[in-house]
Amino acid sequence: MTGETTRFRSRRTRLLGVVTAAILAVAAAGCGTGSGEGSAGSSAQGGAVTLEFAQWWGAELPEGSFQELMTEFESQNPNIKVKLLSAPYASTKQQLVSGAASKTLPDVVGLDGAWVNDFAKQGAITDLSALMADAKYDESQLASQIKVDGKTYMIPVVNFVYPLFVNKDLLSKAGVKAVPSTRSEFLDAAKKISALGGNVKGWALPLDTAVPNGVQNDVMSWLWASGGSMLTQDGKPNLTSPPVKSAVDYVKSLNDAGVIAPGALTMKEQDKVEKFTAGQVGMIIDSMAHINLIKKNSPDLHFTVAPIPAEDSFTGKRGIPYASWGVGIADSTQHKAEAFKLVQFLMSKEANAKLSTLANGFPGNNTAEPDFSKSDPLFKTAFDIYRKGYPANEFVGLPKSEDLMRTFAENLQLVLAGKQSVDDALNKTQQSWASVI
Amino acid sequence: MEPANIDRTVFPEAAALEAESPTFSARGRRRPFAVRNLAPYGYISPTLLLIFVLMVIPIAMVVSYSFQDNVIVQKNPVFAGLANYTKVLTDPVFLTAIKNTLIFITLSTIAHLVLGLAFAMMLNTGLLSGLTKAVFRIIYILPWLFTIAVVAVIWRLMLDPYGVINYILTSIGVLQSEVNWLASPSTALWALTFINIWSGYPFFMISLLAGLQGISADLYEAAAVDGANGIQRFFNVTIPQLKPVLISMAVLDLIWTSQQFALIWMTTGGGPLNVTEMLSTYTYKQAFSSYEFATASAAAVIVLLLTMIMAFFYVRQLRER
Repeated sequence: MTGETTRFRSRRTRLLGVVTAAILAVAAAGCGTGSGEGSAGSSAQGGAVTLEFAQWWGAELPEGSFQELMTEFESQNPNIKVKLLSAPYASTKQQLVSGAASKTLPDVVGLDGAWVNDFAKQGAITDLSALMADAKYDESQLASQIKVDGKTYMIPVVNFVYPLFVNKDLLSKAGVKAVPSTRSEFLDAAKKISALGGNVKGWALPLDTAVPNGVQNDVMSWLWASGGSMLTQDGKPNLTSPPVKSAVDYVKSLNDAGVIAPGALTMKEQDKVEKFTAGQVGMIIDSMAHINLIKKNSPDLHFTVAPIPAEDSFTGKRGIPYASWGVGIADSTQHKAEAFKLVQFLMSKEANAKLSTLANGFPGNNTAEPDFSKSDPLFKTAFDIYRKGYPANEFVGLPKSEDLMRTFAENLQLVLAGKQSVDDALNKTQQSWASVI
Repeated sequence: MEPANIDRTVFPEAAALEAESPTFSARGRRRPFAVRNLAPYGYISPTLLLIFVLMVIPIAMVVSYSFQDNVIVQKNPVFAGLANYTKVLTDPVFLTAIKNTLIFITLSTIAHLVLGLAFAMMLNTGLLSGLTKAVFRIIYILPWLFTIAVVAVIWRLMLDPYGVINYILTSIGVLQSEVNWLASPSTALWALTFINIWSGYPFFMISLLAGLQGISADLYEAAAVDGANGIQRFFNVTIPQLKPVLISMAVLDLIWTSQQFALIWMTTGGGPLNVTEMLSTYTYKQAFSSYEFATASAAAVIVLLLTMIMAFFYVRQLRER
């Protein structure tokens, strides 16, 4: 090897190092340029706009079916492409919280009603009322809208109600002839089922504080089923009111009667469903979205769905808890008009009916008719319950709703553990909520 | 006067002289000299850039958030001084989380060390055949092969009031009735710590086994010649020889266990009644449930400081070695 070659290689190696540093510096500068401008994920190439749509729905629908729906939208709107960002619910939530913080939300976002207030207050999602007005959109076809300070920020696309699931075999084995319709009947049935022994209990109450939605679905549902409210007319917390106390007293009475499956204080929603599926629990309040799951995992389980029992003297319309697949638009997107076209498509009579049918949920468009002819008959039963009552979920649209639920859950845990009275629990929770709402 | 034209490949010492001589470098050779000085920075620049982007910037942002009010959720956060730190340090739940974390990491680390060393010595002993040791090696390492989500699901099922653990304990008469291991305030923290010990000891076992295999047999022979029995050999040969590994592993485990989040979140979520609330779950809840990013940042900075203290001892230990 000659000295010239060695020197050349040495120089080339040094040059490589310097060039690497320069390229990285330029790359870093490039990365920095985009930040802080609040640019969302959309792009426009050759006149076509590509919208990013983050949601968890694709992960829960039959494989490829949501993409097919988006292809249909693209064929109707040749200048708009949709890039789906599908992830499980929890991941989607974390991504959206991070995106909202950094002002880099995807153009269109799937929303849970519990997140809306916080995202709206951050200015992360845009006012849909203005977009609806610009597009001269007929709002009357929407079953509901989630508003903050009078402005719409989320439109529920598909709704899932939470009726009472009843194991018919356990009920008949316990000698209970009819599905309970009142609180007294429910307590009686739960006692009789629990008396069967063999690790079987009447009811399951998931009070895990990691995901505290048991408060919404399994506790407040007793209140709403009797037409009660946890808020005053002007939207302030009203937890010390007689209806709320009555509902919490009732849950405590179920606990005192020993009819609640053990492990409630750290039980998660999936544990509740598993126990019902395994025949260890006679009755649960659960999402109708789980009907197929339960039937798949336990084909021989005979169960039905029914309205949530109300107070014995109650004769009015019953509220039934629900959860929604909602849709919103990022405030930072450069393509709000195009994003709203996608929202319009999702809420159109045909697409909304199709999506509701695929999801086994109820449509967010009043005129859409889901096709339950190929679905389990229980969906039709649940649909009838939904029509006879009214959807009730007062946590939707509240600020820090998950935190509100957690505070309630922690105080209820103390009640069930015998370390606090119901009155003290409600007073403490009321004080805590009042500082937030 | 121009310097003589020297062939530096033939006379390398001349090249060295040239590099050191200001006379040489000042004459038309500045560019290669500058390139030569920059080259090392070029090589480490990818790492520096990654550290800067992925560590320095996020840490600096979190520290700055901790001194602001309503950061992230408000468009115009204001400087709040030490208010967030005061709020966190006077929050009874945070103090509970510190206490729980201390119990959790201390017990976990001690048990990891004891179990890891015991199993490693068993796998290193000459009393068992190679086949037996291979079988036990596989059995002992099994918990390490499960992801933390699987560990959480398995133990939630086993520790269920109607799960296999209660069934066995009631069947053999240890328990009179089923215990809500993860749902009872009196047992949840211990049950959670037990799960963490179970899932973490194999790493210690493998590391200590490597350490044991590195101890020279001569030392044991010399000790035996001196009349030392098994216990004396353990305390006077094995432990001193393993001491650097043991200390390093212990400090690392304290750091790692203090950052445990997934297992807690998927088993108890910090409940019941906050008895398993740790610094990690507290910080997460503040950020992603309460949307109190400033408070969460203050808690995170406190955790960072506590972790840095442990990291300091780890680094000092490494230097001593």
